[in-house]
Amino acid sequence: MAYEWHLPLESRWIRLSTLTFLAVVVGGLCLLIPPFFLQGTIEPLASLRPYTALELEGRDLYIREGCNTCHSQQVRPFKTETDRYGPFSLAGEGIYDRPFLWGSRRTGPDLARVGGKYPDSWHWLHFKSPRDIEPRTNMPDFLFLTEAPLDLSLTSTRMEVLRRLGHPYSDAEIEGARADAEEAAAEIARSIRADGIALSELEARSEAIAMIAYLQSLGHAVRQNAVAAAGAR
Amino acid sequence: MSAQQEVVQYDMQVVRGFAISALVWGIVGMAVGLLAAIQLAWPEANWGPWLHFGRVRPLHTNAVIFGFTLGVVFAGSYYGLQRLTRVRMFSDTLSRINLWGWNAIIVAAAVTLLLGKSTAKEYAELEWPIDIAIAAVWVVYAVNVFGTLARRREKQMYAAIWFWVATVITIAMLHIVNSIALPVSLWKSYSVYAGVFDANIQWWYGHNAVGFLLTTPILGLMYYFLPKQIDRPIYSHRLSILHFWSLIFIYIWAGPHHLIYSPLPDWTQTFGTAFSVMLILPSWGGMLNGLLTMQGAWDRVRTDPILKMFAVGLTFYGMSTFEGPMMSVKTVNSLSHFTNWTIGHVHSGALGWVALTCFATLYYMIPRLWHTELYSVRLANLHFWVATLGLILYVTPMWISGVTQGLMWRAVNPDGSLVYTFIETVSAIRIYDVIRAAGGAVFLVGALVMFYNVWMTIRQGTAAAPEPTLGAAVPVAGGR
Repeated sequence: MAYEWHLPLESRWIRLSTLTFLAVVVGGLCLLIPPFFLQGTIEPLASLRPYTALELEGRDLYIREGCNTCHSQQVRPFKTETDRYGPFSLAGEGIYDRPFLWGSRRTGPDLARVGGKYPDSWHWLHFKSPRDIEPRTNMPDFLFLTEAPLDLSLTSTRMEVLRRLGHPYSDAEIEGARADAEEAAAEIARSIRADGIALSELEARSEAIAMIAYLQSLGHAVRQNAVAAAGAR
Repeated sequence: MSAQQEVVQYDMQVVRGFAISALVWGIVGMAVGLLAAIQLAWPEANWGPWLHFGRVRPLHTNAVIFGFTLGVVFAGSYYGLQRLTRVRMFSDTLSRINLWGWNAIIVAAAVTLLLGKSTAKEYAELEWPIDIAIAAVWVVYAVNVFGTLARRREKQMYAAIWFWVATVITIAMLHIVNSIALPVSLWKSYSVYAGVFDANIQWWYGHNAVGFLLTTPILGLMYYFLPKQIDRPIYSHRLSILHFWSLIFIYIWAGPHHLIYSPLPDWTQTFGTAFSVMLILPSWGGMLNGLLTMQGAWDRVRTDPILKMFAVGLTFYGMSTFEGPMMSVKTVNSLSHFTNWTIGHVHSGALGWVALTCFATLYYMIPRLWHTELYSVRLANLHFWVATLGLILYVTPMWISGVTQGLMWRAVNPDGSLVYTFIETVSAIRIYDVIRAAGGAVFLVGALVMFYNVWMTIRQGTAAAPEPTLGAAVPVAGGR
């Protein structure tokens, strides 16, 4: 019979298991190892900076709320995508993204270039009641984010852990993380109030403020790259 | 009793435990999935921080994959492995740790996901303490499986065992590599990988979770329980060999098809596409080996709900393993990616292939585990038809929805400007979200019918009857 060669494998469990392991490990090594050595794929954009204390808190809230289950952050290189969202995504944008948040389903629009697209007050109102802004949207309201006080007790620790992973935070940035985040939050609250929206003290220090800081940061490196390129011309 | 014979008592307690827990998690997971579907159609159905779509969706996927499917895999592999090796499982203690440890993990997953403790990596959302527990319980399962193989009394290991061995090895590798992270606090950690690398490793994991949780162990179930139910050998041993090795070798390479047109290096994407297309052959090898085993017994499919489920399950396996490679081709992917087509594809595999095969496995085992007949074959037949209807009601609108939205996103006016705003594409597919929720509800009703049937079966049976015993006729040492 033509499969007799296989019998030694079927009757030897260590051999079977070892060969199985080799069969599944080859593909993994070939796909996972080379990208680490390809310089071109890991070169950060010149304009890229690590997330600020408040943006980092906002990003971790974005993860907590599973925003990535409905919003992608990856613009594909098609004209119809760049027309709709902005410049397509680059490998050098993501080196401070742990984890990456490209998503797999666009129930809502892509957010990779949403930073600066709307004023802070728009995001505030949209979190409170998305259907007041767009009646057809199926985004749930995030009223609870506007009512929950922002917890900054872990901010320094977050930045310390990220520094161990290679993010260039200075000692001063880590030590002053809390004050820095509070100041940035106050700035966003000021801009919302300036648009005629009354915020309570709690609302001005709520989780939604950190989320807005994060959303406004999305795409900053690519925007600044474009500005620099225009300036050079 | 001759010197070479010995009475073997199989441990069916662990199988009973996993059979029940799997069914319960299946119903919980499907109910949570129904809630998620309703939330997409009616956003008012999001409540508070805890029952928001962004937290509910990972709970749905974790409950149905790790609670239901893996529960059936544990039950089925513990059931089949002991019979195929003619020995009791290596260690009753390890079996108990596996059963209770795993179910504790699923409970912890349900609680922490609803509390928003998530890594955001798809199908790997659980935070680091639970990840460590998963690795520990998985090692327990592995030691139990390999210990049993080392002490087996049947020299030749049947194909079902190969597929379970591949699952044990590969899932350990995927889970450990993808989950490496630095903790910030008890429930927060940062991945050691960032950006493009993280994406690459996550989808190597994510795609092969489909390959080695939703494909190989389910093929193992099919290889054991289909020939048992039909009472004839598998169609071709040679085909088993061919498609086993090619399936596990090729599957691992296909992950980057989740990242086509992303910043991932182009050659990696191309490998993903090429190996995905190649995957059609070993996948269809498995489907054909199953379907051809039914050759000459198709008349029994008419009356036997278990065979019906295997037949439709294998057919959906064939369909979704053709659809998947097609969606990996760049041209098709540019349309299908980020749309509901992906959701439809996943569910044609998950409901059609995985769930139906798991149901069939449970319907086979449960009467035997409680030493009785199935309470009602008619109800099992009803379950089959209800599940199939639900499946079609789910998958069809998702296909239409995906293609519709994909086409609307890329539609341009003669002057090159976009025709539709994003919100117009959301409104256009709402009706399909409504139909999909109905399909999910129908599928859940089928599972509830099964739960009743199983409940009544267990009530009329007894776990205490003597376990199936066997004098080991083959006095062969297993051999390493």
